[in-house]
Amino acid sequence: MKPRTIVEKIWDSHVVAEKPGAPALLYIDLHLTHEVTSPQAFSMLRERGLKVRRPDLTIATMDHSTPTTSRDLPMLDTVGKAQLDQMEKNCKDFGIRLYDLKTTKQGIVHVIGPEQGLTQPGMTIVCGDSHTATHGAFGALAFGIGTSQVGHVFATQCLLQTPSKSYAIRVEGALKPGVSAKDIILAVIAKIGIGGGTGTVFEYQGSTIRSLSMEERMTICNMSIEGGARAGLVAPDDTTYQYINGREFAPKGADWDAALARWKQLPTDQGAQYAKELTLDASTLEPMVTFGTNPGMGIPISGSIPDPASMSDPIEKSDLIKALKYMDLEPGRQLKGHKIDVVFVGSCTNSRISDLRAAASVMKGRKVNPSVRMLVVPGSMQVKKQAEAEGLDKIFREAGADFREAGCSMCLAMNGDQLEPGEYSVSTSNRNFEGRQGKGGRTFLASPLTAAASAVTGVVTDVRTLL
Amino acid sequence: MKLEKIESKIAVLPVDNIDTDQIIPARYLKSISKEGLGEGLFRDWRLNADGTPKADFVLNKPEAKGVQILVTGDNFGCGSSREHAPWALVQNGIHAVISTSFADIFKGNALKNQLLPVVVPADAHAELLKSPWATVKIDLVAQTVTLPSGRAVEFPIDAFAKTCLVEGVDELGYMIQQEPAIAAFEAKRVGSVNTLR
Ligand code: SF4
Repeated sequence: MKPRTIVEKIWDSHVVAEKPGAPALLYIDLHLTHEVTSPQAFSMLRERGLKVRRPDLTIATMDHSTPTTSRDLPMLDTVGKAQLDQMEKNCKDFGIRLYDLKTTKQGIVHVIGPEQGLTQPGMTIVCGDSHTATHGAFGALAFGIGTSQVGHVFATQCLLQTPSKSYAIRVEGALKPGVSAKDIILAVIAKIGIGGGTGTVFEYQGSTIRSLSMEERMTICNMSIEGGARAGLVAPDDTTYQYINGREFAPKGADWDAALARWKQLPTDQGAQYAKELTLDASTLEPMVTFGTNPGMGIPISGSIPDPASMSDPIEKSDLIKALKYMDLEPGRQLKGHKIDVVFVGSCTNSRISDLRAAASVMKGRKVNPSVRMLVVPGSMQVKKQAEAEGLDKIFREAGADFREAGCSMCLAMNGDQLEPGEYSVSTSNRNFEGRQGKGGRTFLASPLTAAASAVTGVVTDVRTLL
Repeated sequence: MKLEKIESKIAVLPVDNIDTDQIIPARYLKSISKEGLGEGLFRDWRLNADGTPKADFVLNKPEAKGVQILVTGDNFGCGSSREHAPWALVQNGIHAVISTSFADIFKGNALKNQLLPVVVPADAHAELLKSPWATVKIDLVAQTVTLPSGRAVEFPIDAFAKTCLVEGVDELGYMIQQEPAIAAFEAKRVGSVNTLR
């Protein structure tokens, strides 16, 4: 048999039917859904008199427009409230398990899937959300879909799909202190550009990736879409299996043994072909930070802001000029030392317990600079509980940061947590598009370590000076 | 609804990597229907803080009235999976976007909403960028774009998506017809994940 990549193996085992002149019908093992991209799909089901075919393979959460203030307070945003109420009704009407604001397991969809053991190797996983690739950390083929496709999966548990090519991203060598998974993925995107992976699935490989924890792998897979790839994954290994074992939805007993045997067949065969390859030396990486208005506009913390004068392509040049104008930055200068107003630690990229621990390790015994507002938003209520058990909440609060309830929060600023026009943030989220964190707001993307260090000093900071 | 030919003036927005947060900001995503999303289209590029139109934004120009084709820079529609982006474009009468490339999820969403993502070669793209408000013809059946110079260039499109658009095939209906195959697949599946409850 021809050597296959992990993506090809997962694909082959999920093709339900293939007809000439049409894409394959691909079976979906797990469908995650949230309040923002599902209402119109539920309406479609009602209009056509359809049911959710496999409510048992469908999981819903509330995360995007949810408040992060105390759950005991009434919700002031009536439009957001209406969306959450509709989600509750939809899940009730169609028999879908919902992690709503009252449950102890609510959280960002891409945080709770792995946390509950729902995310498993070899699965096909979709969600009406572009960061679904996060689940690829487990060796699952996980990708974002639009609302029409959400409706298709509701009705048929399938999608019409054409296969993607695999793009091998190899990261080798040891990371230096102060450099983390977030810096790896920001460096990858800075290298290939935000359209660099279009039409492909990233397979992250190499000794550095192997040495990362599951949470760090999730941070990397999460931002595959920022490199243009709909999905990104890491072949499963013992780190993966250890993480899953014992979680609520993980297979148990004989089922576990059978699952493990299946999962061990997944890694890419020797000699399988990749459409593209990239190798990165992790030992040369520094903490990364973005300066512009897309995640590809990133530089090492010691680097300087690029100069449009050095660019030949006219559109690229005008885009950089536009980005620097929006960000009110000067070319040729360092970003390090630039004054900031807000620090956000959160989002499906960096809101897991290890991220909070990293940020807390810098904050401990230090104070948030008086000119900075710092918001720490755990990715799930379980993460929050764990952080409290470890006393991380106290470290953040004593430093002067706000420690909140779980949700997407200032990652996309739908819930009232947002930047004011002109404000600068250092944010551990994944997008620095114009207005993403609030109209007129300006975002520097970075790791939790860099974010915490910058909160302390009030300026963009090289965390290595505080370690 | 069927879509075969579009003939219209082109509005040119020469920016690369236009993300879906620009096409429609997140604050317009609280709606539980599709109605009124058109108002959010390019909201923060189109309007000043006080709600007055920015005179220099391309879709605010008097010539933009009735325009059905938007020409943009590379990698249009990157970012979030929100289908609200094609909904907002279509609600403003835009039925085709011409670029050198599109982000994957946006492209799929557009094709499900009578919005054509048209990829043209760099030289044709360069001609279009230089010809704001010129008339361009798109023939979906022939898969050609007739440029202002009269030259026709071909564009690629997924064969099935084309059939759905041209013949008005209902994609979900097509999938539902395959129910027996889906049931058979589930029945023979080893290690399927039926563990969720
Ligand atoms: S945290 Fe941000 S990127 Fe992640 S799902 Fe929420 S809004 Fe999307």
